[in-house]
Amino acid sequence: MTDTEAARSETLELGEPIIEIDDLEVNFAARVGLVAGLMGKKGSDAKAVDGVDLTLHEGEVLALAGESGCGKTTTARALLGLIQPQRGTIKFRGKALPRDTRSLRPFRREVQMVFQDPTGSLNPRQTIYEIVAEGLRIHGIDEGPNGETEEDLVAQALSRAGLRPPQRFYLLYPHELSGGQRQRVVIAGALVLEPKVIVADEPVSNLDASVRGEILALLMKFRDELRISILIVTHDLGLAWTVADRVAVMYLGRVVEIGPTEEVLLRPRHPYTKALLNVVPEAGEEGVIRQILQGEPPDPTRIPAGCRFHPRCPVVASGRAAELGIEDRCRGEDLQLQTVGDQHFAACHLIDINQQP
Amino acid sequence: MKTEPAIAATETEIRAPVLQPKKLTPRQLKRARRRRALSRFWAAFRQSKMGMAGLAILIFFVGVAIFSMFANKGALDPTVTTNGPRLAGPSLKYPLGTQVDGISVLSLTIEGARISLFVGLAAAIISMALGTIIGMWAGYKSAVHDAILMRITDVFLVLPWLALAIVLAAMFGQNFWIIIVIIGVTSWAGTARLVRAQVLSVKERNYIERSRALGASDAHVVIKHITPNLMPVIFANTILTIAIAILSESQLSFLGLGDPQSKSWGTMIDEAFHAGALTLHAWWWLMAPSICIVLVVLGFTMVGFAMDEIVNPRIRER
Amino acid sequence: MTVLRAEDLRVTYSTKGGDVPAVRGVSFEIDKGEVLGLAGESGCGKSTIAGAILRLHSPNTKIEGTLELEGEDVLSLKPGRLRAVRWTGASIVFQGALHALNPVQKIGDQIEEAIQVHGMATQKEAAVRAGALLEQVGLPPRRKDDYPHELSGGQKQRVMIAMALACSPTLVIADEPTTALDVMVQAQVLQLLRSLQHDLGLAMLFITHDLSVLVDVSDRLAIMYAGKIVEEGKASEVFHAPQHPYTAALAAAFPEIGDTRFRHRPAGLGGDPPDPQHIPSGCPFHPRCERAIDACQTVVPELWDAGPGRRAACVHVAGAPSLESVGS
Repeated sequence: MTDTEAARSETLELGEPIIEIDDLEVNFAARVGLVAGLMGKKGSDAKAVDGVDLTLHEGEVLALAGESGCGKTTTARALLGLIQPQRGTIKFRGKALPRDTRSLRPFRREVQMVFQDPTGSLNPRQTIYEIVAEGLRIHGIDEGPNGETEEDLVAQALSRAGLRPPQRFYLLYPHELSGGQRQRVVIAGALVLEPKVIVADEPVSNLDASVRGEILALLMKFRDELRISILIVTHDLGLAWTVADRVAVMYLGRVVEIGPTEEVLLRPRHPYTKALLNVVPEAGEEGVIRQILQGEPPDPTRIPAGCRFHPRCPVVASGRAAELGIEDRCRGEDLQLQTVGDQHFAACHLIDINQQP
Repeated sequence: MKTEPAIAATETEIRAPVLQPKKLTPRQLKRARRRRALSRFWAAFRQSKMGMAGLAILIFFVGVAIFSMFANKGALDPTVTTNGPRLAGPSLKYPLGTQVDGISVLSLTIEGARISLFVGLAAAIISMALGTIIGMWAGYKSAVHDAILMRITDVFLVLPWLALAIVLAAMFGQNFWIIIVIIGVTSWAGTARLVRAQVLSVKERNYIERSRALGASDAHVVIKHITPNLMPVIFANTILTIAIAILSESQLSFLGLGDPQSKSWGTMIDEAFHAGALTLHAWWWLMAPSICIVLVVLGFTMVGFAMDEIVNPRIRER
Repeated sequence: MTVLRAEDLRVTYSTKGGDVPAVRGVSFEIDKGEVLGLAGESGCGKSTIAGAILRLHSPNTKIEGTLELEGEDVLSLKPGRLRAVRWTGASIVFQGALHALNPVQKIGDQIEEAIQVHGMATQKEAAVRAGALLEQVGLPPRRKDDYPHELSGGQKQRVMIAMALACSPTLVIADEPTTALDVMVQAQVLQLLRSLQHDLGLAMLFITHDLSVLVDVSDRLAIMYAGKIVEEGKASEVFHAPQHPYTAALAAAFPEIGDTRFRHRPAGLGGDPPDPQHIPSGCPFHPRCERAIDACQTVVPELWDAGPGRRAACVHVAGAPSLESVGS
């Protein structure tokens, strides 16, 4: 931890870093047909994650936001050891993650995942009891720290996830539960191992709107009562506003802005963050002309030169970048995150000339 | 009027009947679950007229086959029946008539039931085992393994199995067990394809990823998640494979490659043919085994299709 | 001029498990050039209404009540007239263009097909119109020779919109048109829909579960729960000053960034949206409602006056009759 990092942690009251991602790179190999490959054609690799530094502190909720294809889900998967990165290190409590399945097993107890689709994440042929107990059985845990039996631990996890009384659910199958209940089962399955970190990939986007609040409240309860750190991957900035302590915005495989939620969402310093905020339907100002980015989410096999956002950047498109004299740098000079405020960082050439997006 | 709200807002609602909260061990839970699954399957199967009809046929023939184990073998011995009528039509004493040596066709047919069914079953087991293992390996392991195994499978799929079977029979002799192995070894390719496709689709499901995230090893994933999802498909496919195996055995026997010591239905047809049953108008000798083969294959096919309907696609209750 | 009028619309599916009352008495009107937003969660019946307007449901489904499109009773149309009305009177933009477009047909051909089925133009004219429509939705006309898989999600949705406009309908029904799309693309498509609706003077029925999207796009808003409308009124008013507890809960699920009331305080409802086959007695929302009183278990609320231009089906609103005079 550098000096600046230590100072940061104090002011936002961040705990110890529990997960440190350093210069992570994950590529997906290009797909080239057999004949084309034989003829020497090489596809371009998709750089899903292209140099990401991220730290998750104890007891914090960090939101990883961005459109699809930005690399947030890939980062989450790499964090869990489900994908092998091409480059970079991931440290849990200061120790680097091993590569093979067997050595990863003890790590898996500490870092658990809640997936997006509660229905798909549950084996339809397993009862709820078996689903929750699976984690215990994989790790060979027959009794809890206070002598609890497997059944006690399963009941405890189900209760903590809000499914009460737990016994009612033992013999049920996933298709007999509602969407919200299924997601609670997934959460119970993660909780039963008493993890220190939960990675939630769009945990509520497949659920009915009125049910989302409860699941989010549950996650926050874990943070408050059990000191579990949570990384939430989402495209919904409103969700980040509701639950996150810090927000990291990703674009084309890089973090383009990161900082305390209030700072990033109310005083964004990167044009992309501002664009994302603009399109959150802000039910209030009628007739306000919203600045909407044109074009599609970008292709990770063709990363633009210079600032990777420049082809879609409203500041470049409107000519303001040219006026301010930074357009050449936007088109030609790649850049890293720079400090813009208290624990607030962004990667934009506007920062050097002290301008807002 | 103070009444409790119809459903407590904080309790999560369930639609299933309330279960008694008793202490259940994991083993009891497994048994309870299996019982539930089986009874649901049976309930669905009973709905299918085709399935039930097929099942009736099979039960009948299996009964005949079992009976044949205890029946009087003397009836089949030509030296014993030299005084009997030869090539006699159906009568009260010989309900299916007699063949050229005076042996009752009915006795032969009963004996044939056991042989044909056994060969079919045994060959199908070999075929299923080979197909499942190869299919699982190809589906689960890396693309390289998959490619190699699938090319081998393709070869076996397009090979004219009859030609191969003839060659193998010529090489290894016409023995009861050899025939079983030959049929098994030449018919696994279809099952392998099917199993591989199923494994590939299950492998991508999110609960597999969840299992890995929990820390599961490959073995755990294969045993606990992939195989149970394969079982219904494999089972339905095996039933159909048995039907095909029985037909194959009949073909081989008809061509004279069967084991001359065990008289399957196919062997009967072969003997009848060579003895000139057609020209001698001894239709009962040819018809009895032929009709039996058709009925048994039909029975298995009907059951197999009915099972397929239940298994694919999975009909959920909600 | 009223383009669509529904009165006491009831739609019941017959399934193996019994009758499922998906829509239990819904009434609304949409005028020319007006956008009515219909919001609700799973099981509330909103998508059923979309299908009912064009009579796309299976013959087993019972549809009762009144449904009039430009004055014509949709429910009693003869098959010939029904086919003529479909797409020329009202058309639908479906959700998930993945499945609504034929993967083996070029998109230009699919748009032309819509035009030609109605005998509205010759092949040449149809081709020209298809190109014009593609331009109108922001796609270069040369893309009409592309196949669906060559387009992105947002582009496919634009094609769906072009198809819906092909026969110049008076009413466009948008059924979750942006649900599967990325936020940025969603904003683009919504902007497109809004501007097209404005330029062409279309009446629109916009159906979605995402309430925040609706407030932007609609003039008026109707919230559905358990097969009935529980609140309706001017879009921004309904969202910012909800009269029905369900609307309040739904609105709270889409907090405004910057609103400190929701910082670290996710708001949600307990329980789940009810199964149409097991709708609670009285007010169907009472098991999940914070403001439920005893009467809510027996009294079936109707849309009572809840302010100027507003109605809500809750015993607590101003226009609700006093409890003594209401039967169960």
